[in-house]
Amino acid sequence: MTPLDMTLAELRQALTDRKLSVSELVDASYQRITATEEQVQAFLTLNEEAAREQARQLDGRLAEGAALNMLAGLPAGVKDNIVTEGLRTTCASRFLDNYNPIYDGTVSRKLKAADVVTIGKLNMDEFAMGGSNENSAYQVTRNPWDLERVPGGSSGGSAASVAAGQVYFSLGSDTGGSIRQPASYCGVVGLKPTYGLVSRFGLVAFASSLDQIGPITKNVEDSAHVLQAIAGYDKMDSTSANVNVPNYAEALTGDVKGLRIGVPKEYIGQGVDPKVKEAVMQALQVFERLGATWEEISMPHTDYAVATYYLLASSEASSNLARFDGVRYGVRADNPDNLLDLYHQSRSQGFGTEVKRRIMLGTYALSSGYYDAYYLKAQKVRTLIKRDFDQAFERYDILLGPTAPTTAFRIGEQINDPLAMYLNDILTIPVSLAGVPAISVPCGLADGLPVGLQLIGKPFDEATVLRAAHAFEQDTEHHKLRPQL
Amino acid sequence: MSIGIQDVEHVAKLARLNLSDDEKERFTEQLNAILKYAEKLNELNTDDVQATTHVLPIKNVMREDEVRPSLPIERVMANAPEEEDGQFKVPAVLD
Repeated sequence: MTPLDMTLAELRQALTDRKLSVSELVDASYQRITATEEQVQAFLTLNEEAAREQARQLDGRLAEGAALNMLAGLPAGVKDNIVTEGLRTTCASRFLDNYNPIYDGTVSRKLKAADVVTIGKLNMDEFAMGGSNENSAYQVTRNPWDLERVPGGSSGGSAASVAAGQVYFSLGSDTGGSIRQPASYCGVVGLKPTYGLVSRFGLVAFASSLDQIGPITKNVEDSAHVLQAIAGYDKMDSTSANVNVPNYAEALTGDVKGLRIGVPKEYIGQGVDPKVKEAVMQALQVFERLGATWEEISMPHTDYAVATYYLLASSEASSNLARFDGVRYGVRADNPDNLLDLYHQSRSQGFGTEVKRRIMLGTYALSSGYYDAYYLKAQKVRTLIKRDFDQAFERYDILLGPTAPTTAFRIGEQINDPLAMYLNDILTIPVSLAGVPAISVPCGLADGLPVGLQLIGKPFDEATVLRAAHAFEQDTEHHKLRPQL
Repeated sequence: MSIGIQDVEHVAKLARLNLSDDEKERFTEQLNAILKYAEKLNELNTDDVQATTHVLPIKNVMREDEVRPSLPIERVMANAPEEEDGQFKVPAVLD
Protein backbone atom coordinates (compact mmCIF):
# COMPACT_ATOMS: atom_id res chain seq x y z
CA MET A 1 0.00 0.00 0.00
CA THR A 2 1.31 3.44 -0.92
CA PRO A 3 0.28 6.73 0.70
CA LEU A 4 -1.82 7.33 -2.44
CA ASP A 5 -4.16 4.55 -1.28
CA MET A 6 -4.99 6.38 1.95
CA THR A 7 -8.25 8.26 2.36
CA LEU A 8 -8.27 12.03 2.29
CA ALA A 9 -8.84 12.16 6.07
CA GLU A 10 -5.97 9.74 6.72
CA LEU A 11 -3.65 11.67 4.43
CA ARG A 12 -4.42 15.00 6.02
CA GLN A 13 -3.86 13.52 9.47
CA ALA A 14 -0.55 11.98 8.42
CA LEU A 15 0.62 15.26 6.87
CA THR A 16 -0.47 17.33 9.88
CA ASP A 17 1.18 14.90 12.31
CA ARG A 18 4.33 15.05 10.18
CA LYS A 19 4.27 11.26 9.77
CA LEU A 20 4.28 11.83 6.03
CA SER A 21 5.75 14.70 4.05
CA VAL A 22 4.36 16.13 0.84
CA SER A 23 7.69 15.25 -0.78
CA GLU A 24 7.20 11.60 0.19
CA LEU A 25 3.69 11.71 -1.20
CA VAL A 26 4.89 13.18 -4.49
CA ASP A 27 7.72 10.63 -4.54
CA ALA A 28 5.19 7.84 -4.18
CA SER A 29 3.31 9.20 -7.17
CA TYR A 30 6.38 9.31 -9.45
CA GLN A 31 7.53 5.89 -8.19
CA ARG A 32 4.17 4.41 -9.09
CA ILE A 33 4.34 6.08 -12.50
CA THR A 34 7.82 4.62 -13.06
CA ALA A 35 6.55 1.18 -12.10
CA THR A 36 3.37 1.18 -14.18
CA GLU A 37 3.63 3.74 -16.97
CA GLU A 38 5.20 1.37 -19.47
CA GLN A 39 2.00 -0.66 -19.26
CA VAL A 40 -0.61 2.07 -18.80
CA GLN A 41 0.83 4.99 -20.84
CA ALA A 42 -1.41 7.59 -19.24
CA PHE A 43 0.92 10.59 -19.25
CA LEU A 44 1.97 12.84 -22.13
CA THR A 45 4.10 15.21 -20.04
CA LEU A 46 5.51 14.96 -16.53
CA ASN A 47 6.05 17.99 -14.34
CA GLU A 48 8.56 16.37 -12.01
CA GLU A 49 10.97 19.18 -11.25
CA ALA A 50 8.29 21.79 -10.51
CA ALA A 51 6.20 19.28 -8.56
CA ARG A 52 9.10 18.35 -6.30
CA GLU A 53 9.95 21.99 -5.73
CA GLN A 54 6.32 22.73 -4.83
CA ALA A 55 6.36 19.76 -2.44
CA ARG A 56 9.48 21.09 -0.71
CA GLN A 57 7.85 24.47 -0.26
CA LEU A 58 4.69 22.92 1.16
CA ASP A 59 6.78 20.85 3.56
CA GLY A 60 8.51 24.06 4.62
CA ARG A 61 5.19 25.68 5.37
CA LEU A 62 4.01 22.60 7.26
CA ALA A 63 7.17 22.68 9.35
CA GLU A 64 6.30 26.25 10.30
CA GLY A 65 2.92 24.99 11.48
CA ALA A 66 0.82 26.41 8.66
CA ALA A 67 -2.76 25.13 8.35
CA LEU A 68 -3.48 22.91 5.38
CA ASN A 69 -5.99 23.40 2.59
CA MET A 70 -8.30 20.43 2.12
CA LEU A 71 -6.44 19.25 -0.99
CA ALA A 72 -2.95 20.51 -0.10
CA GLY A 73 -0.10 18.33 -1.24
CA LEU A 74 -2.26 15.90 -3.18
CA PRO A 75 -0.62 14.61 -6.38
CA ALA A 76 -3.00 15.22 -9.26
CA GLY A 77 -3.03 14.73 -13.01
CA VAL A 78 -4.61 17.15 -15.45
CA LYS A 79 -6.11 16.30 -18.81
CA ASP A 80 -3.96 17.72 -21.56
CA ASN A 81 -6.65 20.05 -22.93
CA ILE A 82 -6.54 22.25 -19.82
CA VAL A 83 -3.88 24.92 -20.16
CA THR A 84 -1.18 25.07 -17.52
CA GLU A 85 1.27 27.95 -17.52
CA GLY A 86 4.75 26.83 -18.52
CA LEU A 87 3.69 23.18 -18.78
CA ARG A 88 3.30 21.77 -22.27
CA THR A 89 -0.33 21.35 -23.33
CA THR A 90 -0.91 19.39 -26.51
CA CYS A 91 -4.55 18.22 -26.54
CA ALA A 92 -2.88 15.00 -27.71
CA SER A 93 -2.55 16.66 -31.11
CA ARG A 94 0.50 17.07 -33.33
CA PHE A 95 -0.86 20.53 -33.97
CA LEU A 96 0.08 21.63 -30.46
CA ASP A 97 3.17 19.46 -30.10
CA ASN A 98 5.32 22.40 -29.00
CA TYR A 99 2.65 24.54 -27.31
CA ASN A 100 3.68 25.97 -23.97
CA PRO A 101 0.82 28.02 -22.48
CA ILE A 102 1.56 31.52 -21.25
CA TYR A 103 -1.32 31.45 -18.77
CA ASP A 104 -3.23 29.15 -16.43
CA GLY A 105 -6.80 28.09 -17.05
CA THR A 106 -9.14 28.98 -14.18
CA VAL A 107 -9.18 25.41 -12.83
CA SER A 108 -5.38 25.22 -13.05
CA ARG A 109 -5.19 28.45 -11.07
CA LYS A 110 -7.67 27.10 -8.51
CA LEU A 111 -5.73 23.87 -8.08
CA LYS A 112 -2.58 25.88 -7.46
CA ALA A 113 -4.41 28.05 -4.95
CA ALA A 114 -5.51 24.86 -3.16
CA ASP A 115 -1.85 23.71 -3.06
CA VAL A 116 -2.57 20.66 -5.21
CA VAL A 117 0.62 19.32 -6.82
CA THR A 118 0.30 18.84 -10.58
CA ILE A 119 2.19 15.64 -11.42
CA GLY A 120 1.74 15.87 -15.18
CA LYS A 121 -0.59 16.08 -18.15
CA LEU A 122 -2.73 13.15 -19.13
CA ASN A 123 -3.37 11.49 -22.46
CA MET A 124 -6.71 11.91 -24.22
CA ASP A 125 -8.35 11.59 -27.59
CA GLU A 126 -7.07 14.38 -29.84
CA PHE A 127 -8.97 17.58 -28.99
CA ALA A 128 -11.23 15.40 -26.79
CA MET A 129 -12.77 13.78 -29.86
CA GLY A 130 -13.23 10.10 -29.21
CA GLY A 131 -14.43 7.46 -26.84
CA SER A 132 -11.38 5.26 -26.44
CA ASN A 133 -8.09 7.22 -26.32
CA GLU A 134 -7.13 5.58 -29.60
CA ASN A 135 -7.35 8.97 -31.31
CA SER A 136 -4.40 10.41 -29.40
CA ALA A 137 -1.62 11.46 -31.76
CA TYR A 138 0.95 10.11 -29.31
CA GLN A 139 -0.02 6.86 -27.61
CA VAL A 140 -2.91 4.59 -26.71
CA THR A 141 -3.51 4.59 -22.97
CA ARG A 142 -4.46 1.15 -21.71
CA ASN A 143 -7.11 0.09 -19.27
CA PRO A 144 -5.38 -0.93 -16.00
CA TRP A 145 -7.95 -3.71 -15.55
CA ASP A 146 -7.03 -5.32 -18.86
CA LEU A 147 -4.15 -3.89 -20.87
CA GLU A 148 -5.67 -5.15 -24.12
CA ARG A 149 -8.69 -2.92 -23.59
CA VAL A 150 -9.31 0.80 -23.96
CA PRO A 151 -9.60 3.00 -20.87
CA GLY A 152 -12.48 4.86 -22.52
CA GLY A 153 -12.33 8.39 -23.78
CA SER A 154 -11.69 11.12 -24.17
CA SER A 155 -10.44 11.49 -20.55
CA GLY A 156 -9.00 7.96 -20.68
CA GLY A 157 -5.59 9.04 -19.40
CA SER A 158 -7.24 10.81 -16.47
CA ALA A 159 -9.30 7.74 -15.51
CA ALA A 160 -6.53 5.19 -16.07
CA SER A 161 -4.05 7.21 -14.03
CA VAL A 162 -6.36 7.26 -10.99
CA ALA A 163 -7.29 3.58 -11.41
CA ALA A 164 -3.60 2.65 -11.62
CA GLY A 165 -2.85 4.59 -8.42
CA GLN A 166 -0.42 6.94 -10.19
CA VAL A 167 -2.11 10.09 -8.89
CA TYR A 168 -4.53 10.79 -6.07
CA PHE A 169 -7.09 12.36 -8.38
CA SER A 170 -7.29 13.89 -11.83
CA LEU A 171 -9.26 16.39 -13.84
CA GLY A 172 -11.01 15.44 -17.03
CA SER A 173 -13.41 17.14 -19.38
CA ASP A 174 -16.78 15.84 -20.51
CA THR A 175 -18.50 16.85 -23.74
CA GLY A 176 -20.66 13.81 -24.50
CA GLY A 177 -19.58 11.56 -21.64
CA SER A 178 -15.81 11.91 -21.65
CA ILE A 179 -15.48 11.91 -17.86
CA ARG A 180 -18.20 9.40 -17.01
CA GLN A 181 -17.54 6.76 -19.68
CA PRO A 182 -13.80 6.32 -18.95
CA ALA A 183 -14.53 6.43 -15.20
CA SER A 184 -16.99 3.61 -15.78
CA TYR A 185 -14.53 1.57 -17.86
CA CYS A 186 -11.72 2.06 -15.32
CA GLY A 187 -13.72 1.53 -12.12
CA VAL A 188 -13.33 5.01 -10.65
CA VAL A 189 -15.66 7.92 -9.83
CA GLY A 190 -16.23 10.57 -12.52
CA LEU A 191 -18.40 13.66 -12.11
CA LYS A 192 -19.68 15.89 -14.89
CA PRO A 193 -20.94 19.07 -13.23
CA THR A 194 -23.89 21.15 -14.43
CA TYR A 195 -22.94 23.16 -17.52
CA GLY A 196 -21.65 26.50 -16.25
CA LEU A 197 -20.71 25.42 -12.72
CA VAL A 198 -17.00 25.05 -13.47
CA SER A 199 -15.25 27.69 -15.57
CA ARG A 200 -14.16 26.67 -19.05
CA PHE A 201 -11.61 29.48 -19.26
CA GLY A 202 -8.39 27.78 -20.33
CA LEU A 203 -10.07 24.58 -21.48
CA VAL A 204 -9.26 24.18 -25.17
CA ALA A 205 -12.74 24.34 -26.66
CA PHE A 206 -14.23 21.36 -28.48
CA ALA A 207 -18.00 21.95 -28.31
CA SER A 208 -18.49 25.06 -26.24
CA SER A 209 -22.15 24.50 -25.38
CA LEU A 210 -21.37 21.07 -23.93
CA ASP A 211 -17.82 21.02 -22.52
CA GLN A 212 -17.46 20.83 -18.73
CA ILE A 213 -14.42 20.11 -16.56
CA GLY A 214 -14.85 17.70 -13.67
CA PRO A 215 -13.02 15.45 -11.18
CA ILE A 216 -12.05 11.80 -11.52
CA THR A 217 -11.43 10.28 -8.09
CA LYS A 218 -11.34 6.99 -6.21
CA ASN A 219 -14.44 7.75 -4.18
CA VAL A 220 -17.36 10.15 -3.92
CA GLU A 221 -16.08 12.08 -0.93
CA ASP A 222 -12.94 13.07 -2.84
CA SER A 223 -15.11 14.04 -5.78
CA ALA A 224 -17.08 16.44 -3.55
CA HIS A 225 -13.89 18.07 -2.26
CA VAL A 226 -12.31 18.48 -5.70
CA LEU A 227 -15.56 19.91 -7.09
CA GLN A 228 -15.62 22.36 -4.19
CA ALA A 229 -12.16 23.57 -5.15
CA ILE A 230 -12.91 24.13 -8.85
CA ALA A 231 -16.57 25.24 -8.92
CA GLY A 232 -17.81 28.81 -8.97
CA TYR A 233 -18.50 31.87 -11.06
CA ASP A 234 -15.73 33.18 -13.28
CA LYS A 235 -15.96 36.45 -15.12
CA MET A 236 -13.46 35.14 -17.67
CA ASP A 237 -16.08 32.68 -18.97
CA SER A 238 -19.25 34.28 -20.32
CA THR A 239 -21.11 30.97 -19.93
CA SER A 240 -20.12 30.67 -16.26
CA ALA A 241 -23.19 30.53 -14.01
CA ASN A 242 -23.42 33.02 -11.20
CA VAL A 243 -24.90 30.64 -8.65
CA ASN A 244 -24.28 29.89 -5.03
CA VAL A 245 -21.85 26.99 -4.51
CA PRO A 246 -23.02 24.90 -1.54
CA ASN A 247 -20.78 22.85 0.75
CA TYR A 248 -20.72 19.52 -1.08
CA ALA A 249 -18.96 17.54 1.66
CA GLU A 250 -21.72 18.48 4.13
CA ALA A 251 -24.25 16.98 1.73
CA LEU A 252 -22.70 13.52 2.20
CA THR A 253 -25.01 12.40 5.00
CA GLY A 254 -25.41 8.78 3.94
CA ASP A 255 -29.17 9.28 4.11
CA VAL A 256 -31.31 8.61 1.04
CA LYS A 257 -34.58 7.87 2.84
CA GLY A 258 -37.46 9.09 0.72
CA LEU A 259 -35.23 9.85 -2.28
CA ARG A 260 -37.30 9.45 -5.44
CA ILE A 261 -35.42 7.71 -8.24
CA GLY A 262 -36.55 7.54 -11.86
CA VAL A 263 -35.12 4.78 -14.03
CA PRO A 264 -35.53 5.57 -17.74
CA LYS A 265 -36.49 2.34 -19.48
CA GLU A 266 -34.54 3.49 -22.53
CA TYR A 267 -31.34 3.36 -20.43
CA ILE A 268 -31.72 -0.31 -19.54
CA GLY A 269 -33.21 -1.53 -22.81
CA GLN A 270 -31.87 -2.81 -26.09
CA GLY A 271 -28.13 -2.65 -26.58
CA VAL A 272 -27.31 -2.74 -22.88
CA ASP A 273 -25.21 -5.76 -21.94
CA PRO A 274 -27.31 -8.06 -19.66
CA LYS A 275 -24.48 -8.20 -17.11
CA VAL A 276 -24.27 -4.40 -17.01
CA LYS A 277 -28.01 -4.25 -16.51
CA GLU A 278 -27.83 -6.82 -13.75
CA ALA A 279 -25.22 -4.79 -11.83
CA VAL A 280 -27.38 -1.68 -12.15
CA MET A 281 -30.52 -3.51 -10.97
CA GLN A 282 -28.60 -4.74 -7.94
CA ALA A 283 -27.60 -1.14 -7.21
CA LEU A 284 -31.28 -0.23 -7.30
CA GLN A 285 -31.92 -2.84 -4.62
CA VAL A 286 -29.30 -1.16 -2.45
CA PHE A 287 -31.10 2.16 -2.78
CA GLU A 288 -34.40 0.47 -2.01
CA ARG A 289 -32.95 -1.09 1.11
CA LEU A 290 -31.64 2.32 2.18
CA GLY A 291 -35.13 3.78 1.99
CA ALA A 292 -35.28 5.30 -1.50
CA THR A 293 -38.13 4.58 -3.88
CA TRP A 294 -37.88 4.01 -7.62
CA GLU A 295 -40.06 3.75 -10.68
CA GLU A 296 -39.43 2.98 -14.30
CA ILE A 297 -40.06 6.02 -16.48
CA SER A 298 -39.72 6.92 -20.12
CA MET A 299 -37.41 9.48 -21.71
CA PRO A 300 -38.93 9.25 -25.18
CA HIS A 301 -36.28 11.25 -27.07
CA THR A 302 -33.25 9.27 -25.86
CA ASP A 303 -32.92 7.48 -29.17
CA TYR A 304 -32.34 10.79 -30.97
CA ALA A 305 -29.57 12.03 -28.69
CA VAL A 306 -26.55 10.55 -30.47
CA ALA A 307 -27.48 12.00 -33.86
CA THR A 308 -28.28 15.35 -32.25
CA TYR A 309 -25.01 15.35 -30.37
CA TYR A 310 -22.76 14.53 -33.29
CA LEU A 311 -24.30 17.23 -35.47
CA LEU A 312 -24.07 19.89 -32.76
CA ALA A 313 -20.70 18.92 -31.30
CA SER A 314 -19.11 18.63 -34.74
CA SER A 315 -20.56 21.97 -35.81
CA GLU A 316 -19.17 23.70 -32.76
CA ALA A 317 -15.86 21.88 -33.20
CA SER A 318 -15.53 23.00 -36.82
CA SER A 319 -16.03 26.56 -35.66
CA ASN A 320 -13.74 26.33 -32.59
CA LEU A 321 -10.95 24.62 -34.49
CA ALA A 322 -10.90 27.35 -37.14
CA ARG A 323 -8.46 29.17 -34.85
CA PHE A 324 -5.82 26.54 -35.57
CA ASP A 325 -4.32 28.15 -38.65
CA GLY A 326 -0.58 27.83 -38.08
CA VAL A 327 -0.06 31.56 -37.54
CA ARG A 328 0.05 32.27 -33.81
CA TYR A 329 0.92 28.89 -32.29
CA GLY A 330 1.16 25.25 -33.20
CA VAL A 331 2.49 23.61 -36.34
CA ARG A 332 3.17 25.58 -39.47
CA ALA A 333 3.67 24.14 -42.92
CA ASP A 334 7.19 24.64 -44.27
CA ASN A 335 6.85 26.03 -47.79
CA PRO A 336 3.38 27.45 -48.35
CA ASP A 337 2.56 29.00 -51.74
CA ASN A 338 0.48 31.72 -50.10
CA LEU A 339 -1.50 32.50 -46.94
CA LEU A 340 -4.44 30.28 -47.86
CA ASP A 341 -2.08 27.43 -48.63
CA LEU A 342 -0.44 27.98 -45.23
CA TYR A 343 -3.80 27.42 -43.53
CA HIS A 344 -4.60 24.37 -45.65
CA GLN A 345 -1.23 22.70 -45.25
CA SER A 346 -0.80 23.46 -41.55
CA ARG A 347 -4.25 22.13 -40.67
CA SER A 348 -3.87 19.05 -42.83
CA GLN A 349 -0.54 18.19 -41.26
CA GLY A 350 -1.58 19.04 -37.71
CA PHE A 351 -4.96 17.33 -37.33
CA GLY A 352 -5.56 13.60 -37.05
CA THR A 353 -8.26 11.60 -38.83
CA GLU A 354 -11.05 11.83 -36.24
CA VAL A 355 -10.59 15.59 -35.89
CA LYS A 356 -10.71 16.04 -39.67
CA ARG A 357 -13.80 13.83 -39.87
CA ARG A 358 -15.64 15.94 -37.28
CA ILE A 359 -14.54 19.22 -38.84
CA MET A 360 -15.87 17.92 -42.14
CA LEU A 361 -19.19 16.82 -40.62
CA GLY A 362 -19.57 20.12 -38.75
CA THR A 363 -18.64 22.27 -41.72
CA TYR A 364 -21.16 20.38 -43.82
CA ALA A 365 -23.92 20.71 -41.20
CA LEU A 366 -23.32 24.46 -40.99
CA SER A 367 -22.86 25.08 -44.70
CA SER A 368 -25.26 27.03 -46.84
CA GLY A 369 -28.31 24.96 -47.75
CA TYR A 370 -27.83 22.38 -45.00
CA TYR A 371 -27.91 24.54 -41.86
CA ASP A 372 -31.68 24.23 -41.39
CA ALA A 373 -31.80 20.53 -42.18
CA TYR A 374 -29.00 19.53 -39.83
CA TYR A 375 -27.79 22.14 -37.33
CA LEU A 376 -31.09 23.90 -36.64
CA LYS A 377 -33.02 20.63 -36.61
CA ALA A 378 -30.58 19.22 -34.06
CA GLN A 379 -30.92 22.30 -31.83
CA LYS A 380 -34.70 21.81 -31.88
CA VAL A 381 -34.43 18.14 -31.00
CA ARG A 382 -32.07 19.17 -28.23
CA THR A 383 -34.93 21.18 -26.76
CA LEU A 384 -37.12 18.05 -26.79
CA ILE A 385 -34.37 16.04 -25.07
CA LYS A 386 -33.97 18.72 -22.43
CA ARG A 387 -37.75 18.69 -21.89
CA ASP A 388 -37.61 14.95 -21.14
CA PHE A 389 -35.29 15.82 -18.25
CA ASP A 390 -37.35 18.81 -17.06
CA GLN A 391 -40.45 16.61 -16.93
CA ALA A 392 -38.70 13.73 -15.19
CA PHE A 393 -37.30 16.05 -12.53
CA GLU A 394 -40.80 17.28 -11.69
CA ARG A 395 -41.37 13.85 -10.14
CA TYR A 396 -37.95 12.46 -9.29
CA ASP A 397 -34.91 13.69 -7.35
CA ILE A 398 -32.43 11.74 -9.43
CA LEU A 399 -32.40 9.52 -12.50
CA LEU A 400 -30.42 6.30 -12.55
CA GLY A 401 -29.02 3.99 -15.21
CA PRO A 402 -25.78 2.48 -16.47
CA THR A 403 -23.03 4.88 -17.53
CA ALA A 404 -22.21 2.91 -20.67
CA PRO A 405 -24.04 0.04 -22.39
CA THR A 406 -21.03 -2.29 -22.12
CA THR A 407 -17.75 -2.66 -20.27
CA ALA A 408 -14.46 -1.56 -21.87
CA PHE A 409 -13.98 -2.91 -25.38
CA ARG A 410 -10.77 -4.18 -26.95
CA ILE A 411 -8.22 -1.82 -28.47
CA GLY A 412 -8.74 -1.65 -32.23
CA GLU A 413 -12.19 -3.27 -32.10
CA GLN A 414 -14.19 -0.22 -33.19
CA ILE A 415 -11.60 2.16 -34.58
CA ASN A 416 -12.73 1.85 -38.21
CA ASP A 417 -16.42 2.24 -37.47
CA PRO A 418 -17.05 5.78 -36.17
CA LEU A 419 -20.79 5.22 -35.84
CA ALA A 420 -20.32 2.14 -33.62
CA MET A 421 -17.86 4.12 -31.51
CA TYR A 422 -20.31 7.03 -31.21
CA LEU A 423 -23.03 4.68 -29.91
CA ASN A 424 -20.95 3.84 -26.82
CA ASP A 425 -21.91 7.28 -25.54
CA ILE A 426 -25.65 6.76 -25.94
CA LEU A 427 -26.31 6.86 -22.17
CA THR A 428 -24.12 9.84 -21.34
CA ILE A 429 -24.93 12.11 -24.29
CA PRO A 430 -28.54 13.02 -23.35
CA VAL A 431 -27.27 14.37 -20.01
CA SER A 432 -24.69 16.53 -21.77
CA LEU A 433 -27.27 17.93 -24.19
CA ALA A 434 -29.52 18.86 -21.26
CA GLY A 435 -26.60 20.38 -19.34
CA VAL A 436 -27.48 18.58 -16.09
CA PRO A 437 -24.99 17.02 -13.65
CA ALA A 438 -24.22 13.30 -13.48
CA ILE A 439 -21.79 11.02 -11.74
CA SER A 440 -20.46 7.57 -12.59
CA VAL A 441 -19.64 5.31 -9.64
CA PRO A 442 -18.42 1.70 -9.74
CA CYS A 443 -21.27 -0.77 -9.12
CA GLY A 444 -19.62 -4.12 -9.71
CA LEU A 445 -17.73 -6.18 -12.25
CA ALA A 446 -18.90 -8.00 -15.36
CA ASP A 447 -16.44 -10.67 -16.53
CA GLY A 448 -13.77 -9.01 -14.40
CA LEU A 449 -14.29 -5.53 -15.86
CA PRO A 450 -15.79 -2.54 -14.00
CA VAL A 451 -19.39 -1.45 -14.52
CA GLY A 452 -20.38 2.16 -13.89
CA LEU A 453 -23.64 3.33 -12.33
CA GLN A 454 -24.80 6.74 -13.55
CA LEU A 455 -26.75 9.05 -11.25
CA ILE A 456 -28.20 12.14 -12.90
CA GLY A 457 -29.41 15.25 -11.05
CA LYS A 458 -31.30 18.49 -11.50
CA PRO A 459 -29.33 21.51 -12.74
CA PHE A 460 -26.93 22.70 -9.99
CA ASP A 461 -28.10 19.94 -7.66
CA GLU A 462 -24.68 18.26 -7.49
CA ALA A 463 -25.29 17.96 -3.72
CA THR A 464 -28.09 15.39 -4.21
CA VAL A 465 -26.15 13.50 -6.87
CA LEU A 466 -23.13 13.27 -4.56
CA ARG A 467 -25.27 12.38 -1.54
CA ALA A 468 -26.96 9.50 -3.38
CA ALA A 469 -23.66 8.25 -4.86
CA HIS A 470 -21.97 8.46 -1.47
CA ALA A 471 -24.78 6.57 0.31
CA PHE A 472 -24.48 3.80 -2.28
CA GLU A 473 -20.72 3.71 -1.88
CA GLN A 474 -20.93 3.53 1.91
CA ASP A 475 -23.15 0.49 1.63
CA THR A 476 -21.03 -1.37 -0.92
CA GLU A 477 -17.40 -2.30 -1.55
CA HIS A 478 -17.23 -1.88 -5.34
CA HIS A 479 -15.19 1.33 -5.24
CA LYS A 480 -12.49 -0.41 -3.19
CA LEU A 481 -11.69 -2.90 -5.95
CA ARG A 482 -8.37 -2.17 -7.67
CA PRO A 483 -6.85 -3.63 -10.80
CA GLN A 484 -3.82 -5.90 -10.45
CA LEU A 485 -0.92 -4.23 -12.19
CA MET B 1 -29.60 12.98 -49.10
CA SER B 2 -26.31 11.47 -50.06
CA ILE B 3 -23.02 13.21 -50.66
CA GLY B 4 -20.37 12.44 -53.24
CA ILE B 5 -16.64 13.03 -53.56
CA GLN B 6 -17.28 16.47 -55.06
CA ASP B 7 -19.28 17.52 -52.01
CA VAL B 8 -16.48 16.30 -49.76
CA GLU B 9 -13.97 18.31 -51.82
CA HIS B 10 -16.15 21.40 -51.51
CA VAL B 11 -16.54 21.01 -47.74
CA ALA B 12 -12.80 20.38 -47.35
CA LYS B 13 -12.15 23.68 -49.12
CA LEU B 14 -14.54 25.47 -46.77
CA ALA B 15 -12.85 23.79 -43.80
CA ARG B 16 -9.36 24.72 -45.08
CA LEU B 17 -8.25 21.10 -45.28
CA ASN B 18 -6.33 19.25 -47.97
CA LEU B 19 -7.47 15.65 -48.19
CA SER B 20 -5.68 12.77 -49.86
CA ASP B 21 -7.62 10.68 -52.39
CA ASP B 22 -7.85 7.94 -49.82
CA GLU B 23 -9.24 10.35 -47.20
CA LYS B 24 -11.76 11.73 -49.67
CA GLU B 25 -13.08 8.27 -50.38
CA ARG B 26 -13.21 7.21 -46.76
CA PHE B 27 -14.86 10.43 -45.59
CA THR B 28 -17.46 10.24 -48.34
CA GLU B 29 -18.42 6.79 -47.15
CA GLN B 30 -18.32 7.60 -43.43
CA LEU B 31 -20.04 10.98 -43.65
CA ASN B 32 -22.81 9.36 -45.68
CA ALA B 33 -23.28 6.74 -42.98
CA ILE B 34 -23.34 9.38 -40.22
CA LEU B 35 -25.69 11.71 -42.13
CA LYS B 36 -27.98 8.80 -42.96
CA TYR B 37 -28.10 7.99 -39.26
CA ALA B 38 -28.82 11.67 -38.51
CA GLU B 39 -31.84 11.56 -40.78
CA LYS B 40 -33.73 9.80 -38.02
CA LEU B 41 -34.19 13.29 -36.53
CA ASN B 42 -36.69 13.86 -39.33
CA GLU B 43 -39.02 11.37 -37.63
CA LEU B 44 -39.74 14.14 -35.13
CA ASN B 45 -42.01 17.05 -35.89
CA THR B 46 -40.26 20.13 -34.57
CA ASP B 47 -42.35 22.82 -36.27
CA ASP B 48 -43.41 24.39 -32.98
CA VAL B 49 -40.22 23.68 -31.07
CA GLN B 50 -37.81 26.45 -30.24
CA ALA B 51 -34.15 25.69 -30.92
CA THR B 52 -31.92 25.46 -27.86
CA THR B 53 -29.48 28.34 -27.88
CA HIS B 54 -28.28 27.90 -24.32
CA VAL B 55 -29.10 25.32 -21.65
CA LEU B 56 -28.97 27.94 -18.89
CA PRO B 57 -31.17 31.02 -18.68
CA ILE B 58 -28.15 33.26 -19.30
CA LYS B 59 -28.27 36.03 -21.86
CA ASN B 60 -26.38 39.14 -22.82
CA VAL B 61 -23.40 38.74 -20.54
CA MET B 62 -21.81 42.19 -20.53
CA ARG B 63 -18.89 43.78 -18.79
CA GLU B 64 -17.58 47.28 -18.48
CA ASP B 65 -15.36 48.27 -21.38
CA GLU B 66 -12.40 49.14 -19.23
CA VAL B 67 -8.85 49.73 -20.38
CA ARG B 68 -6.60 47.06 -18.93
CA PRO B 69 -2.98 46.23 -19.48
CA SER B 70 -2.44 43.76 -22.31
CA LEU B 71 0.02 40.89 -22.30
CA PRO B 72 3.64 41.83 -23.00
CA ILE B 73 4.54 41.31 -26.68
CA GLU B 74 7.25 38.76 -25.93
CA ARG B 75 4.75 36.53 -24.13
CA VAL B 76 2.19 36.87 -26.91
CA MET B 77 4.91 35.83 -29.35
CA ALA B 78 6.20 33.00 -27.17
CA ASN B 79 4.54 30.27 -29.24
CA ALA B 80 4.70 31.95 -32.65
CA PRO B 81 6.00 29.62 -35.39
CA GLU B 82 7.54 32.64 -37.12
CA GLU B 83 7.81 36.21 -35.92
CA GLU B 84 9.54 39.42 -36.84
CA ASP B 85 9.68 42.69 -34.90
CA GLY B 86 6.97 41.59 -32.49
CA GLN B 87 4.59 40.54 -35.24
CA PHE B 88 3.35 37.19 -36.54
CA LYS B 89 4.95 36.57 -39.91
CA VAL B 90 2.90 35.09 -42.75
CA PRO B 91 3.36 34.85 -46.54
CA ALA B 92 2.63 38.07 -48.42
CA VAL B 93 -1.08 38.72 -48.85
CA LEU B 94 -0.62 41.47 -51.47
CA ASP B 95 1.80 41.46 -54.39
